[in-house]
Amino acid sequence: MLQLQEAGFSYGGRDILADVSLDVAPGSFYFLTGPSGAGKTTFLRLCYQALMPTRGIIRILDRDVRGLEREDITQIRRRIGVVHQDCKFVDHLSMAENIKMPLQVSGRSSELDDASFHDLVSWVGLSARMNALPNELSSGERQRAALARAVVMSPDLILADEPTGNLDWEMAQKILRLLIELNKMGKTVIIATHDLQLIRMAKSKIPARVLRIANNKVQLAGADL
Amino acid sequence: MKKLYVFLNNLTDISMGDVSADKAIPPSGYTANLTSFTAGAMAFLAVFAMALSLATGRLADRWSGELARTTTVRISAPEGQMQAQLDAVVNVLETTTGIASARVMTDDEQRRLLEPWFGPDLPLENLPIPRLVEVMEADIGPDMEGLRLRLSAEAPGAVLDDHTRWRRPLVVAANRLRSLGTIAILLIAGSTAAMITLAAQSALAANGQIISVLRLVGARDVYIARAFVRRFTMRALLGAIIGTTLGMIAIFFLPSAAEEGAFLTGLGFEGWYWMWPLLIPPLTALVAFWATRAAAFRALARIS
Ligand SMILES: Nc1ncnc2c1ncn2[C@@H]1O[C@H](COP(=O)(O)OP(=O)(O)OP(=O)(O)O)[C@@H](O)[C@H]1O
Ligand SMILES: [Mg+2]
Repeated sequence: MLQLQEAGFSYGGRDILADVSLDVAPGSFYFLTGPSGAGKTTFLRLCYQALMPTRGIIRILDRDVRGLEREDITQIRRRIGVVHQDCKFVDHLSMAENIKMPLQVSGRSSELDDASFHDLVSWVGLSARMNALPNELSSGERQRAALARAVVMSPDLILADEPTGNLDWEMAQKILRLLIELNKMGKTVIIATHDLQLIRMAKSKIPARVLRIANNKVQLAGADL
Repeated sequence: MKKLYVFLNNLTDISMGDVSADKAIPPSGYTANLTSFTAGAMAFLAVFAMALSLATGRLADRWSGELARTTTVRISAPEGQMQAQLDAVVNVLETTTGIASARVMTDDEQRRLLEPWFGPDLPLENLPIPRLVEVMEADIGPDMEGLRLRLSAEAPGAVLDDHTRWRRPLVVAANRLRSLGTIAILLIAGSTAAMITLAAQSALAANGQIISVLRLVGARDVYIARAFVRRFTMRALLGAIIGTTLGMIAIFFLPSAAEEGAFLTGLGFEGWYWMWPLLIPPLTALVAFWATRAAAFRALARIS
């Protein structure tokens, strides 16, 4: 699914990640944790090719990211669902249009019938808010909508950047349950978070693994969490 | 071959794809109206440039046609010498470079020329009327001064009449105006392309945020470009239709004058030439299509 070999990334000479080697198997569930500014978002951006590694090799969905054309990147992104830390909606379109956008832009909107769409939005508890604009939603609602958009294409890999960042514990648990459900459907899930309570709860339910970023290194954390 | 296929594919993608991409880019009324207005103004000007080009073209053709036939040699000689001088004149003319042919006018032709003044029953044979030789000039006419000297040496009664010489610079001027009209049309097309490029660039820059979201959710560049291309093509087409219509109406209501009408009143379209300005709106749309497409792909290549 995702392999890194001694991969590194630096912003203008300043190392953010260095020497990262990792093999994420299909169907696995990972947490990515570390203090603010450690490089969690950077790691995820490397995964969906918003950034290219400055050193080493990254293979995603069996493709080496070096030398990918824009067209290849587009095709790969259609198989990855991303919940961005800041959600990234198109502000003048309704939530329904925003959530359907991945299908729309890849010419597959006919694949989603009204019933499935309704199932999806009621699954994230937003049936009543579909005609609202993104700015009219609370941050928790926005994060759930972002999750709905991330999975609408039925992607193989789900990357969620602080999906529970602004949520109370109740709502955070709800989002986590959604992600666990997706993992049980066979999706590979990587969640960036610094919420240890969330990680503990997930580990009680599924065999989730934890990656910790510290001093530019990404390391598998022990069972001591 | 594969490239051609991809190209055609992209082209049809852009021109016929679904309209959801258009919705993703918010409407911008101000830029839209400016684009339509400028395209309209340019189309309006293009109608006049086209009319100018066609009218001066007609004028140049007519005048140069007349020029070739407007030189004559008039011979007045006593009865006994007439034929000898006529032969001498024809001989001189035929051996002069720059003259295509020379022909002695028949009595009938001369009678017809004089008819308006003397009536139909003119007894030409009995009158000492000068004989006329019609001269057809080649494209590059003869050296008139040299010809005049040779004629007076060979036939003392011959007078060279090139009273329409003054038209020659007019033909040159008309031809040049025709070229200027064509250049004006090209400049108008170029300005339209430049203006639409600028408008498209500003629209692309203003929507950078949305473009990056579209990319993150898996939109291809053609999909994004399509929204801009369609929008600017339609705006330019709309403006050009209005501008062209107004320009054609303005020309239609120009006062018309007689056949000899001065250059100004000849500025118009005749017959099926009215079809020409109808080309302006589709051509404007084509220019807008390519200008926006180029601007969009250039901008998209820059945004990472
Ligand atoms: N565009 C950029 N240019 C330069 N430095 C950057 C840029 N984006 C991020 N950084 C730096 O890279 C480091 C890692 O940033 P990143 O966003 O990956 O952190 P994070 O772990 O996601 O933090 P948080 O938990 O606050 O979201 C930070 O020190 C940040 O300042
Ligand atoms: Mg972050």
